[in-house]
Amino acid sequence: MFDLHFLPLNVDNLIHARPEACFPPSAKCPVSEYSTIGDHEGETEMARQSYGTSTCSYDTSLLQATPVSMEPPPVSAAKMLCEGGHFMKGMVMGGLFCLFLSLLGSFRLSTESKTDDSNHHHHHVKAPSKDELTRLSDVHMQEFGNQVQVSCIIMVQPKILVYWATAVDTWSKHCDKAVFYTSESSKALEAVDLNENDDWARLRKALKHAYENAGDLRWFFVAQATTFAIIENLKYLVLAKDPNEPFYLGNVMKSGELEYVVYDSGIVLSYEALKRLVHVLKDEDKCPERGRALWQLSEDKQLAVCLKYTGVFAENGEDAHGKGLFNSKSVDSLIADSMKANPRNVVEGCCADMAVTFNGMSPNQMQVMMFGVYRLRPYGHDFHDSIVFNPPDGSDND
Amino acid sequence: MRVNTSRLFFNTGLIIGFLSSFFLLDSNFSTQQATYWNAKHDVRHHGHTVENKSSAANSSGSTRILCWIMTGPNYLESRTKHIRNTWAKRCNKVLYMSSVKTDFPTVGLNVSEGRENLYWKTIRAFQYIHRHHLDEADWFLKADDDTFVVVENLRYTLSRYDPLKPLYLGRRFTPFIRQGYMSGGAGYVLSKEALRRFVEGFDTGKCTHFTTIEDIAVGQCMETMKVEPADSRDIKGRQTFHPYPPDHYLVRQASRPRPWYLIYDHYPPVEGPGCCSDFVVSFHYIYAVQLYALEYLTYHLRPYGYKYRFNPDEKTEFQTTTKST
Repeated sequence: MFDLHFLPLNVDNLIHARPEACFPPSAKCPVSEYSTIGDHEGETEMARQSYGTSTCSYDTSLLQATPVSMEPPPVSAAKMLCEGGHFMKGMVMGGLFCLFLSLLGSFRLSTESKTDDSNHHHHHVKAPSKDELTRLSDVHMQEFGNQVQVSCIIMVQPKILVYWATAVDTWSKHCDKAVFYTSESSKALEAVDLNENDDWARLRKALKHAYENAGDLRWFFVAQATTFAIIENLKYLVLAKDPNEPFYLGNVMKSGELEYVVYDSGIVLSYEALKRLVHVLKDEDKCPERGRALWQLSEDKQLAVCLKYTGVFAENGEDAHGKGLFNSKSVDSLIADSMKANPRNVVEGCCADMAVTFNGMSPNQMQVMMFGVYRLRPYGHDFHDSIVFNPPDGSDND
Repeated sequence: MRVNTSRLFFNTGLIIGFLSSFFLLDSNFSTQQATYWNAKHDVRHHGHTVENKSSAANSSGSTRILCWIMTGPNYLESRTKHIRNTWAKRCNKVLYMSSVKTDFPTVGLNVSEGRENLYWKTIRAFQYIHRHHLDEADWFLKADDDTFVVVENLRYTLSRYDPLKPLYLGRRFTPFIRQGYMSGGAGYVLSKEALRRFVEGFDTGKCTHFTTIEDIAVGQCMETMKVEPADSRDIKGRQTFHPYPPDHYLVRQASRPRPWYLIYDHYPPVEGPGCCSDFVVSFHYIYAVQLYALEYLTYHLRPYGYKYRFNPDEKTEFQTTTKST
């Protein structure tokens, strides 16, 4: 089965040390309860003993030389210590077993790191720069603007009803289409009831549903209701990209060899990426509905695994200066970080002008964000952007 | 029996050891994140698409504003420093008023610190400005060291008024003074003529230190000296000066008894999105992190290509008024 040889310590000594404390050598040969560990050469004859044999080939070499006593262990405290010793041995074995399995498994035990391949072009997707935009004519640009349409897939649950309601009242109004997918229905708000408690299964169903009902929409944005998004900046990012190419964008993290888009800062999928995903979701080998591994990966990693099979890789969404556009933290949290890192240049060193998402903001903060993003500005600063996005109908807070 | 319990203990230990290692490893995977920004990140000036700063916002020409910040030695590091890093530089002239002179730089007013001395500090501050800086500005703003001000929007709000007339603006409150008074926390601004009259009032004894409550006291002196409170709201009637942070006004509230700061309002208060002008002038009770966050929201973060709903320049010019309604 598996090989314990690489272990630095001699497991046998660990297992077999001082058995006489619990089971003093008597006429009957002690049966080793550790025989279930499995065959390997370190095991002694003791493991192959069974009850009832009159003769014992009893390997005394591992036993400490102690006086043989016919007396049972004197006090229960000592017995508890002895049992505790077994327990500790069990714990250590269990821990080592798990460690070994994780080494064998598909994911290595390396610490997660932000993908640092700043030279590998295909891992980063940058928003168009000013130069790139001026090269395109105004007509072209407005066409792009009209064509980029985003379908928002917003995952909700009744237990976060306030966030759900806030998403309905705030940023989701800027999606060309916003559909809420819930684990169970709520009387208060409308949603597609997936009737599913498992996070990964729910995400699969939602993505399938969104694909089947895509209509003309070619860009898909998946977010939880606890995320705040600025859809215009998402459109800006994908403006000149072809949705018939596979794109899988967001804030990219690395877990061992796997690069995946973090869920809580939003996931962007082009039509092609979603199409490939929906097809591979049918493959129970590559992309099982209930995780096959001994432990379950978070659904954002599962998504990355499935997409990888179809040749779609995670790419980090950045502005023209390389600043990340998808944030797993709130504005306040990022500012606080920047105050420590860049005390003389707090705001400039903080966050992108055209940031797409923030996470960890309260419902009230999201309402303030609507004002801060869509209304608050200094008089006299006019940006002559190359495209125009109109405000949504029937909304008063933007 | 002994054998069985030992086996039980061992197996239990095995399971627990396995599970604890598993959860330890799993949490290692999911919670560990690299630091968001590290020192080697290039801090470059962000370039936006062609930005047009109109002359009114930028020049020291037409609407010159002198800002004075009411502060003290205890707050220079925790509050005033951040104001100096953010909005203060947009004033044509900024003075930090304290009890003592320092290299911050602060002006020493020779008044002790403390809430009961706020009015003395205010009087001395205006007298100082009148003596040394009267010709350097047309309007004189008083702000606290926990106020966030969008100076461009203040200029815009003031652009329809004549600084040679006796006017002052802010968040107008009704009680205590017949013509009302301006909330101290939200900041208030005096025209050049209003400043002259304030100082003259103290010179002649018409205005006295009759209370320590600074904003009410200033309001009384303004009334005595026939300085008029002008309307600071935008053309849609939305407030620009705010004595509390944005979440106190913008958040849609379930109906409840009105808080005091709305009951005091001279103009009918509005809660929810209609509370506040797009061209906000001030918020109060804003400290370090929120100050930089507001700076980010005002001057940096924006929705690309978004056509703002409120575009006053596209409409016909609003009428200039010097009298408040």
